[in-house]
Amino acid sequence: MTRPILGPEPIVTGIERRLFLRQTLSLGALALLTGCDISDQHGVQAVLKAMSRWNDRAQAFLFRHQVLAPTFAESDVARNFRYNAYFPVADVPKLAAADYRLELSGLIADKRPWSVARIYSLPQQSQITRHVCVEGWSVIGKWSGPRLSDFLHRVGADLTAKYLGYQCADGYYGSIDMATALHPQTIMAVKFADATLPAKFGYPFKLRIPTKLGFKNPKWVTTMYVTNRMPGGFWEDRGYNWFSGS
Amino acid sequence: MTAPAQIETAQPPVVQLHPLSRRIMHWVNALAILVMIASGWRIYNYYPALSLHFGFPLYLTLGGKFTVDEAMNNDDGLANALAWHFAAMWVLVLNFLAYLIVGFVSGHFRRDFLPVGPSAFMRDFFAALRGRLGHRLGEYNAVQKVFYWGVLAAILVTILSGLSIWKPVQLQYLTWLFGGYEVARVVHFFGMAAIVGFLVVHLALTLLVPKTLVAMIFGGTSVAPHPRTGSKP
Repeated sequence: MTRPILGPEPIVTGIERRLFLRQTLSLGALALLTGCDISDQHGVQAVLKAMSRWNDRAQAFLFRHQVLAPTFAESDVARNFRYNAYFPVADVPKLAAADYRLELSGLIADKRPWSVARIYSLPQQSQITRHVCVEGWSVIGKWSGPRLSDFLHRVGADLTAKYLGYQCADGYYGSIDMATALHPQTIMAVKFADATLPAKFGYPFKLRIPTKLGFKNPKWVTTMYVTNRMPGGFWEDRGYNWFSGS
Repeated sequence: MTAPAQIETAQPPVVQLHPLSRRIMHWVNALAILVMIASGWRIYNYYPALSLHFGFPLYLTLGGKFTVDEAMNNDDGLANALAWHFAAMWVLVLNFLAYLIVGFVSGHFRRDFLPVGPSAFMRDFFAALRGRLGHRLGEYNAVQKVFYWGVLAAILVTILSGLSIWKPVQLQYLTWLFGGYEVARVVHFFGMAAIVGFLVVHLALTLLVPKTLVAMIFGGTSVAPHPRTGSKP
């Protein structure tokens, strides 16, 4: 049985079909465009960056000092906590307590550097919280250490300033908003799973910020500074959202 | 019955099926959904929510070429996809809210998507399977009504599960409602899958009845729609 290709249908429908075909083709062209290079155009990049700045403001608006990250039971802690950095675990900075000094700079009254012993002597608190990566994976871990807000009060930091910046022994750098720096769960983690923080997780300390994505939890911190000029960050300078709150 | 001669010879009246506001919201939604799906697929590939070994082909995802992104931003394409996702998110949510408000206030939902019951659905569903369900512009059958409610629900669930992945601390009660962060990711995936499933059927039916596309672009059609008050065959 053969069927005529062009059936006895009204001409109007044929025109509609053709119109539909054209629409489909242009939709397809749009899809191809998006798939290939639309993201790589400078104008598009500018729009995406502007939206990212808008998202910074929206997230700062959503952030509440008194809202705590959910905490978990000891039994929820991951047995093999994931090591994650942009270099293999064999290459992690191995800082020695004898040589280490935490440098302070910017809008801080007392800029004298801190030794490991002095950081470790501050009153500590523990938390079992979920570490969420920007890629989507998450791990529950237990961290202990002094509150960053206690430390900032102690060194006379300008708490009305906008940003806290940090630099790390591996060349990593970044910054957070002051509201997050003063959050009660933001700690200078010196212990992981009740033992001294191992080199692979950031000895002598990492900033543990459960209200931020993982990449805003720097390890091997060597310098902290307070400023009103947006310092950016390693991944933020590569297009990731700066606030990156949870 | 006698009608004036000039009316009989006049062009058939252009019947307004979709007001301009609905057409704008439809196409804004279409674009936002496409961007969300394509960028979401790229994000999914970096750490799949499902423990199945599959990823979305790169050419179907949004986020630019790896090599160009590497040269421009020193990144490998994830930052772009995330930027698209969190930009289009605002368009999708605001447009969706506007559509819901207009839909309730204008009576569009009540008039066009209701009533719908299981018996009407079964009747129209089996009629559709036998190929005996006609399509009349301006009137939705029960299968269509269920499909539209379904995709509205799928978009809502995908938005809410998305928010609970985005803000598992600030919106932790929402995250808890979805069974926690990890479960919310899986829900978000299946919400997307439901929307894609709808899209496949939606586009296939549009292909079968192209005048619906004309109506969604130009708003009206010269073909008089089936009168609402007419009895069903």
